[in-house]
Order: sequence, then structure tokens, then C-alpha cells
Amino acid sequence: MKFIDEYRDAEGVQRYAQALKHITTKSWTLMEICGGQTHAIVKFGIDELLPPGVTMVHGPGCPVCVTPLELIEKAIEIASVPDVVFCSFGDMLRVPGISRDLLAVKAAGGDVRIVYSPLDALKLAKDNPEREVVFFAVGFETTAPANAMSVFQASRQGVRNFSLLVSHVLVPPAMEAILSSPENRVQGFLAAGHVCAVMGYTEYEPIASKYRVPVVVTGFEPLDIMQGIYMCVRQLETGTAEVENQYSRSVRREGNVPARNLIREVFRVVPRKWRGVGEIPQSGLGLQEKYAAFDAEARFGVADHTADEPAECMSGLVLQGIRKPYECPAFGVRCTPEHPLGATMVSSEGACAAYYHYRRRTL
Amino acid sequence: MCLAVPGKIISIEGADPIFRCGKVNFGGIQKQINLAYVPEAKVGDYVLVHVGFAISTIDEAEAQEVFEYLRQLGELSELEESSSQ
Repeated sequence: MKFIDEYRDAEGVQRYAQALKHITTKSWTLMEICGGQTHAIVKFGIDELLPPGVTMVHGPGCPVCVTPLELIEKAIEIASVPDVVFCSFGDMLRVPGISRDLLAVKAAGGDVRIVYSPLDALKLAKDNPEREVVFFAVGFETTAPANAMSVFQASRQGVRNFSLLVSHVLVPPAMEAILSSPENRVQGFLAAGHVCAVMGYTEYEPIASKYRVPVVVTGFEPLDIMQGIYMCVRQLETGTAEVENQYSRSVRREGNVPARNLIREVFRVVPRKWRGVGEIPQSGLGLQEKYAAFDAEARFGVADHTADEPAECMSGLVLQGIRKPYECPAFGVRCTPEHPLGATMVSSEGACAAYYHYRRRTL
Repeated sequence: MCLAVPGKIISIEGADPIFRCGKVNFGGIQKQINLAYVPEAKVGDYVLVHVGFAISTIDEAEAQEVFEYLRQLGELSELEESSSQ
């Protein structure tokens, strides 16, 4: 496919690997933010092409992985209500709650459906006015315009049986949380290209200068990632800390202005809990007051529910780049994609799932 | 989850900007996609699609930058090699 195949050119990747070796004189630890990048790195073996000193650690950019247990519990409770059609992206169905997951709710007779787009859930609501249709609105900034549009359209068209269980998270506050941690070892970031396609990259400029870290907005194909790593290491080697844009074919500095405007119309910035990390101030999105009628937490009375994370899962440390998945004693033994202890093993973008699928035999 | 796939716009419909949509072709598979966030995109343009929404128009000239950067790196390293000989 155009704009994919040409960015998987093995010879180009090798040349970037050589160029990187040429400029690397010290050890550097970089973090890729996005789970999609984590999977590309492990799947294509990009980490194995890097000079010995250059280490990639995997960031918190998998929304399934960072959705806290209490939101999974809220989802399970809402999905169990008779007459509710609970719609979600597929990954969320197998994330373990305290005693069961959303698939178990479905198996017990709940109407839980996998949809491709929040607009599919909105259509279900229009087609079934006697049912309550709830969409599990998880995601980073990339997904926020789609979820915002579903609420905006529902509001304009007077669709009253539609609501969102919102669990939106934002990248820049998570980066700051990682950089402020005393255990931090990240020296440079590959920022998530698709988040930046929506938001642009001006938010990263103060982070780069405050913490003296290079940030390279990076795409998702092997050539993109190799170039992103090269640009980041080149900055580190020359003592610069700026925001650069590797993914210029899709990312503009100001992002997607109409999308940002609709996000601002529908959502406001709120504190959010991140699974395994805890609450990060100003790190998520919730519905604006004027769209409060579309808030599933209020509609189903689950807003006050809380739940503590299971003790054995170290996904919080994995999500902050402090531990690699295989350093967990449960990895591949008591925790597998079939029987996950935590979300990083469930999601197709989770770091633990990536290592389980592509690296288990070589560990 | 932030997976986004490039596709080519085949047709555009909808007079209301909020409901602007169209058919997008992904290597042979066509899907109806919301185009409200890419008001500048025309039939024949490539857009980046995430959960049923085009979130960016792909810039064909910028798309060559990755290869151009690589070409310049190649020239640079050849220069370095020749100067060190």
C-alpha cells in the first residue's frame, strides 16, 4: 500500500542503522511513547539493529493499558444493566476487572459489541431508540476528535439514548510525570506521530527545554522509526534538546485545527488515574458541562466507584520504562495473553504482549 | 490504538461540514469515512484514517523527506570517507 510499503525498505533501514552507529559515542536511553511504535520496534527487530549503547524503553502510549481498574469495573457494571448495548473497541473486552472482564459479561447474556468507530455506536443508538447505547471512549488525543464528533452529532440530532464512558488520556502530562520521577532514565523521546497529527507539537516545546530532552515526532513504519531514533541520538550527541518533526508527511506544527476545535468544544481537561501509575493532574479529558447529559458515569450512577490495582502486576513500572516486560516474574508464566494479570499483556499494543508474541522464544 | 491507515479518497459527499464524508480506498478495500476534519482534502488525495475519521491529509512532497534525508546522509558519509582517506 502506498505510504506504507516504501517505508519498510530493508536497505534504507540498514543504512540508517549504519549512520546511527557512526554518530553514537555514548550510551543513550530513548523512549517511544506510542504502543504502535513499541510493536513496530519489537516486530521488525529495530531494537536489535541499534548500536549497543542505544536502548529503547517503552512508554505509556497504549490507552487500553493505562485505563485504571476502576473504569473497567464501571464498564462491567454498566454493560450488565439490562437493555444496555455496551460498545467498545475490541481490546477493552479482555482487560481483567476484579473478578471478570467484559467478555464474561457478554457470555452471561450482556449485549456487549465491538465497534470500529464511535459513529457505529451512535448509529446503533439511532436505530434502537428503546435501548441505552453506551460507548467506552478510551484513547489518547488521536481518538478524541472521533469521540468528540459522536457526542456533537448526537447533541445536534437530539439522540438521547447515547452516552460515553470517558477514559481519555493526554500524552504531555504523562511525559512530565516520567521525567519528574526520581527513577527516570529516559534521555530522549520519540513522540507519537498520530497524537501529533491531531494536536501538533507546540505542547512539547516547553517540555524539551525545561527537562533538556530532545523530542522527535515520529511515524510508525521501520524507516520512520529509524530516522526518528537517528534524529534523537544526533541531538543527544550534539547537546541539543529541541522538538523535531520526522513525520512531516502527516504532522503539522499546529496539528489539525478543526479537530482541536471540536475537542475543545466537547471535552475539558481533568485529572485522570493511570493504571499502575496513579493520578496525574490535568492528564485526561472529560465531557464539558454542556454535554454532561452524555456522561454514562452520571447516567448509570457509577461515578463514585473505586478499585485498587492487583499487587502482582508490575505494569506501572513497565509503562514508565523502569522495567522491561521479561523482568516480571509472572511474565509468560502466570501472565499470558490468554490469562493476563494486567492490561499490558492484553492489548495488541501492550509492551508485555509485544514481547510475548515476538520474543518469548529468544528470552 | 492510535493506529491510523493511509487511504485514497474516491468520492466526497455531504453539504454539512460536520457530516462531510466519503469513500476511501485502502489498497482495494473501500470504507465510508468521516472527512469533517480534513476540509481541504479533495478526491484523489491521501488521508490518514483513524477509527472512521480522516485526521490528516498526507503531504506528497513531505512524504519524500524520509528518503531525501537518507540520501543526504549517504552523501555526507561518502564525503567523510573521502576526506579521511
